[in-house]
Amino acid sequence: MKFIHLIATGVTGLLLAFGTVEMPEFGDPTAPPNQHVSPRYIEDSFAETEVPNMVTAVLADYRSYDTLGEVTVIYTAALACLLILRGKRKED
Amino acid sequence: MIGEQSSVIVKTIARLLVPFIQLFGLYVIMHGHSSPGGGFQGGVILGSSFILLSIADGIDVVKRRFPLAALTVFTSLGVLLYVGTGMICLAFGANLFDYAVLPFAQPRSIGMLGIEIGVGITVMAVIVSIFHDLITFE
Repeated sequence: MKFIHLIATGVTGLLLAFGTVEMPEFGDPTAPPNQHVSPRYIEDSFAETEVPNMVTAVLADYRSYDTLGEVTVIYTAALACLLILRGKRKED
Repeated sequence: MIGEQSSVIVKTIARLLVPFIQLFGLYVIMHGHSSPGGGFQGGVILGSSFILLSIADGIDVVKRRFPLAALTVFTSLGVLLYVGTGMICLAFGANLFDYAVLPFAQPRSIGMLGIEIGVGITVMAVIVSIFHDLITFE
């Protein structure tokens, strides 16, 4: 049974690796994200968000939904630790 | 437990360092939208000051000053502050997290600050809470 799992994992990994072959090279100036998303942030983020730090502008304004998810993930991690580790001692 | 065998030097240096670490953590949170930093980084710095104190002085010293119940409340309070900032925008008639409608001089800046403070509180409480849970688990 473990052998089947190994094959399934290997095949999935190979497929995923095969999918990255066609991707643009890292830092390629002609890649789609570098063509319109990055210049837009660099040129317009200060006028649109009134914040000089571009990273924070993207993190907290353009993608605040994304950050909400991140905070929820951290919150869930603490909650899981609390429930699993702190609750154990009360039983015995 | 940790802390019982710490020498006087370790305890004294840790106690001297903690206020400065916490002040720097608050600076990183509050100045996050003008310089590198933000809620996540500042929260981790704030949390690490409590971890340093519990390593040097023992977990009971930290527990006396920052009770576990308060820690759990802070964890939720940060997320609430984050969502609340978005909800206030909703109440003023804009989309969620569209800070432009907030009644301040620089509404987007203030809205982002609220979000960063929420993130900072959550990260600080989460780090200390997980550390405490792991170290007291038997």
